[in-house]
Amino acid sequence: MTGAVWVYAEHQDGRIRKTTLEVLGAGRKLAEGLGVQVIALLLGSGVDDLVQEVATYADTVYQWDDPLLEQYNSDVYLQVIAYQAEKENPQIILAGATSLSRDLFPRLAGRLQTGIAVDCLGLELGGDGLLIVRRPLFGGKALADVVCRHGRPQMALTRPNTFPLPDQREGGRGEVISLDLHVDLTQVRLKVLEVVRAATKRLDLTEAEVIVTGGTGMKGAENFRLLDDLADVLGATVGATRGVVDSGWRSHDDQVGKSGKTVSPTLYFAVGLSGAIHHVMGMDTSKVVVAINKDPQAPIFQYADYGVLGDLFEVLPLLTEAFRQELGKE
Amino acid sequence: MHIVVLVKQVPDSEAMIQVKPDGSGIEVEDRYTLNFFDSLAVEEALRIKEQGGSGMVSIITLGTQRSVEVLRAGIAMGADEAVLLEDPVFEEGDEYATAKALAVAVQGMEWDMILCGREAFDDSSGIVGPFVAEFLGIPHITSVVKVDFAPEERAMKVEREIEGGKEIIRAPLPVLLTAQKGLNEPRVPPVTGVMKAMRAEIKKLDATAIGLSPTEVGKAGSREEILRYHRPPQRAPVTMLKGEAADVVKQVVAYLRDEAKVL
Repeated sequence: MTGAVWVYAEHQDGRIRKTTLEVLGAGRKLAEGLGVQVIALLLGSGVDDLVQEVATYADTVYQWDDPLLEQYNSDVYLQVIAYQAEKENPQIILAGATSLSRDLFPRLAGRLQTGIAVDCLGLELGGDGLLIVRRPLFGGKALADVVCRHGRPQMALTRPNTFPLPDQREGGRGEVISLDLHVDLTQVRLKVLEVVRAATKRLDLTEAEVIVTGGTGMKGAENFRLLDDLADVLGATVGATRGVVDSGWRSHDDQVGKSGKTVSPTLYFAVGLSGAIHHVMGMDTSKVVVAINKDPQAPIFQYADYGVLGDLFEVLPLLTEAFRQELGKE
Repeated sequence: MHIVVLVKQVPDSEAMIQVKPDGSGIEVEDRYTLNFFDSLAVEEALRIKEQGGSGMVSIITLGTQRSVEVLRAGIAMGADEAVLLEDPVFEEGDEYATAKALAVAVQGMEWDMILCGREAFDDSSGIVGPFVAEFLGIPHITSVVKVDFAPEERAMKVEREIEGGKEIIRAPLPVLLTAQKGLNEPRVPPVTGVMKAMRAEIKKLDATAIGLSPTEVGKAGSREEILRYHRPPQRAPVTMLKGEAADVVKQVVAYLRDEAKVL
């Protein structure tokens, strides 16, 4: 089977997203198994530096650099990638399951008349060389191995923080190829007026290595300062439960759970939250979970590796201090 | 203004899901509901219609006789008509085949705008919406948290949630939007609505009625195939840390450093 493995290189604020590096690593493994190239796709405006970074992981980088690509617009990006895909017939297209990819790639799959699997936890090659993806169903209560038998390319979006970061490519940088835009402007119907992002030093929940999530046991928005302090020491991102978000203490962007974000950090602190199933569905693939709750019957202890039975208002400041000493942060 | 809302009946988040020991299938407890994000889509459609003072909200699903429940739930909220795509040949279809049937059925209806949920609670894919938009040749915007519709311009300003912020997008009609939490608070159906829903006629369409051949829908029309199911990996039993708070936090740090090795 011919056709390369394509990886979409997403960037934000002048940086390649961490999840893109994970996908480049996963794509490399598949490409080696198939004996084909990894080709990264990079779209943007003024992205020369980013192209060089991506080229340390990919055999080839396709670069589309144009003011029209400054901001993501599905009507534009779709045409650019669809044109190239129809021309070259890659056998696999991968991307991280980010808000951009989840907007763009299902649409691309429709245009290419193929299937797509979203939020994949595993990618493997079957004996016939087809991609077998493992993806969660019912909020992770079951997993399914899925194959795209009828349709090319085979497309998959991977859950961030699930695949390891790759080593750089052996033998130096891959080749960079600048490509012309093929965009029919009459088919650009959406207009992106503005992109608003709050200035934050913290990673998005989906990409964070460490998350400290508070539930309604925090008793008020002002007490989240205790979690912010712990997060500062750990370099973590603060999450919230549905109850907290519905109470207006934190924004929906902070919500972990079935109607919020699905996260897979290395370390997850569940503080003052009972462990309702819709919350657990959003965090159960975390590698190590620490639960702090004063109720020994709280279901969250069933989903934790370490349980602290106690009053979070007593435990949190002490825990922050203990980590500060351990990690040597003043 | 005529709005079509795509809805899906899904297992309740509390429903028991059992993977068969041989991995050949799953058993789902009989607890079904209207997909949460779809209820936001129905609500938004009703608000846009009410804002314009006239129009129609139609809801459509692909499913079995049981799915009539979610159509009645939509009518109880205020939808004007409901369509059930029901045919044995639709069954076991993937998102591609399902979207194909929905798109073709919607093509036969009158509409200016399509709404659906960001994703379904069962498979969490969020791909039927963009597929339908593609098959109908209209733009789409996913994960929408705000819609400002200007009827006189036949256009709207839409806010889409992204990591750590939002995109503000101007979209003309026709367009397909997928609803994200935060868009609105779905109304509780009024008693009169529930009464109306009980009596409402549900329009049923099979593959022939929408003009699709059996090879284009269901399993035959699918791109993807599920090979097998697995149970999720089980976490080892919890280690409960006991003692005075000052001592417990030291244990936490020690376990994370020495046993879990994540510090």
